[in-house]
Amino acid sequence: MRHVFSVRIGPVGFRIGSDWRAPIAHLESLYAGYPAPQGGVPDFNVRLFAARPWRRFVRPAVMIGGDFVLPEAAPLPLAQGLLAAEMAMNLQMALGQRHYLLLHASVVERDGRALLMTGISGAGKSTLAALLGARGWRLMGDEFALVDPETGAIHAFPRLVSLKNDAIGVVEAGVPDGRFGPLLAGTPKGDIRHLVPDSAALAAMDRPAIPALILFPRFGFEPAERDVLPSEVFVRLTQASTNYVALGERGFEALTRIVKTVPARAIDYPDTESAIAQVEALWAAL
Amino acid sequence: MGGAVKDGWLLARALRTPGNTLALDSEGWTALIAMARAEQMIGTLAWRLEGLKVPGAVARILADARASADQGRIAALWEAEAARRALAPTGVKLVLLKGTAFVAAGLRAGEGRSIGDLDILVPRDRLDAVEVALLYAGWEWVKPDPYDDAYYRQWMHELPPLIHRDRDRMIDVHHTILPITARITPDAAGLLAAAVEVAPGLFALSPNDMLVHAAAHLFADGDLAGGMRNLWDVHCLVEQFGTSGLEDRAAHHGLSREVARALRLAAALYGDGATLNLADRLYLRRLTARDGWGRATRPATRLGFYVRSHWLRMPPAMLARHLWTKWRKAPKS
Repeated sequence: MRHVFSVRIGPVGFRIGSDWRAPIAHLESLYAGYPAPQGGVPDFNVRLFAARPWRRFVRPAVMIGGDFVLPEAAPLPLAQGLLAAEMAMNLQMALGQRHYLLLHASVVERDGRALLMTGISGAGKSTLAALLGARGWRLMGDEFALVDPETGAIHAFPRLVSLKNDAIGVVEAGVPDGRFGPLLAGTPKGDIRHLVPDSAALAAMDRPAIPALILFPRFGFEPAERDVLPSEVFVRLTQASTNYVALGERGFEALTRIVKTVPARAIDYPDTESAIAQVEALWAAL
Repeated sequence: MGGAVKDGWLLARALRTPGNTLALDSEGWTALIAMARAEQMIGTLAWRLEGLKVPGAVARILADARASADQGRIAALWEAEAARRALAPTGVKLVLLKGTAFVAAGLRAGEGRSIGDLDILVPRDRLDAVEVALLYAGWEWVKPDPYDDAYYRQWMHELPPLIHRDRDRMIDVHHTILPITARITPDAAGLLAAAVEVAPGLFALSPNDMLVHAAAHLFADGDLAGGMRNLWDVHCLVEQFGTSGLEDRAAHHGLSREVARALRLAAALYGDGATLNLADRLYLRRLTARDGWGRATRPATRLGFYVRSHWLRMPPAMLARHLWTKWRKAPKS
């Protein structure tokens, strides 16, 4: 491919090839502090390409390809090439990761122990992870928690934090010295802006953490908390995993271990300040 | 073997002589792994390279691929067992085809092999009973399109694909190994009669019929998609069972030319080589059309084989009508 960028995010190496320079230039700048894939051999390949040769120039549209693809992925305009790259990298993980059990969750760490936050899109897991990351926690990732079936530990996957719509302003205000990517307006998911994880998150990204608390946050309600029974945790985490079925018994063992050993709470919150106070209180009470 | 090889031969050579991969640099490994994934042979490669002192990152990727293939094997055998239970009341014996048959019989061709759908072969006059039994056991139609459905039933060698509503797995019910419209008519009853029990209640084609089926699928039906994997099957079957009686069996099914070609190409890719004619070289050009990003290359060659596959599948007037109908029904962008 014409333009290539390789990067390692936590334990996972990627090679991204592109027909255009622009998406690669964005990746080079935003992932500047990241290492290269281990031994120069990436786990996954991502391709950003033009559907027809002339579409490199005329109304350029970025098709998403790679080792693993969905049959009917729609192309994105070149101005959203960075988003295409991020989506394609997530897709490789979601469809191709077979070493770790993947949970669609954000993760922050303190004292070697991990807090997992999972929920539907819009629950605020990326926002909360970004804000906690600026307040004494280590950001481990905003998209996937990587559960090691051998040890039960969580491995970091600190890719760029993907902020959508109203969350962009909230995090810009809450992380004033943060490094942000370009504002991608009018994407299929609305406005998107990426936050670069801070140097502490990158320096510690090879250090796993023991899961200590699972939260199911919900934004837009009066403050409330409830315990979540193991049965409900199990079902919700199977739904939050993209490779639970593919891992077979290993996935079942890894998941039941979490469900049996890690406490879980559901929290409702009206604004991020309230959420952070709730999280700190729950963490202190562990 | 450096990073210079830029097509599917890189994968073929790694499978043929695993030790040679130790000379690969990181770029070579990256290309090899991408190609193996694209050809759905990463599990096979992982099995073949087991025990070699490969670089750490490669060892990790291959270990995951082996674990993944193991899980795929378990799921495929469970699917076969589910079909056996579903068909038990009909008294139709369950004859497995392709990947599931290889793993059920514990064959070398099944080691690390990726397995997608469950393919089975049943007598044509029992198709209705089989269909009812599968629908009753939770399989459902995938293709809601009436033209496709009617086309399958009238002209194909299999029922329209069914998918299980709970397990989300597909089953292809064949009554022979080539479309009815193809010019060659293999002896389907003979295939069933010679099938051997490989596990309690699970049958597979005889080794020679497995080879005939692989050759028929490659050269008398498809556009050679997945051909590197199919020829690896052929290579492993020949290595394990030899070719005694194969010529007669191939002639019996009307597939002598196809079987001979399969043996030559498998030997060229994975064995000790063979004397190739001009057409063989064209086939190899198509089979190895893959680059170090896992991309399909040589579009003109690919298109040629795609057109050929339709030409083989049906007579010209029928082909024209079929393509016209499909074109009119295709979503326009």
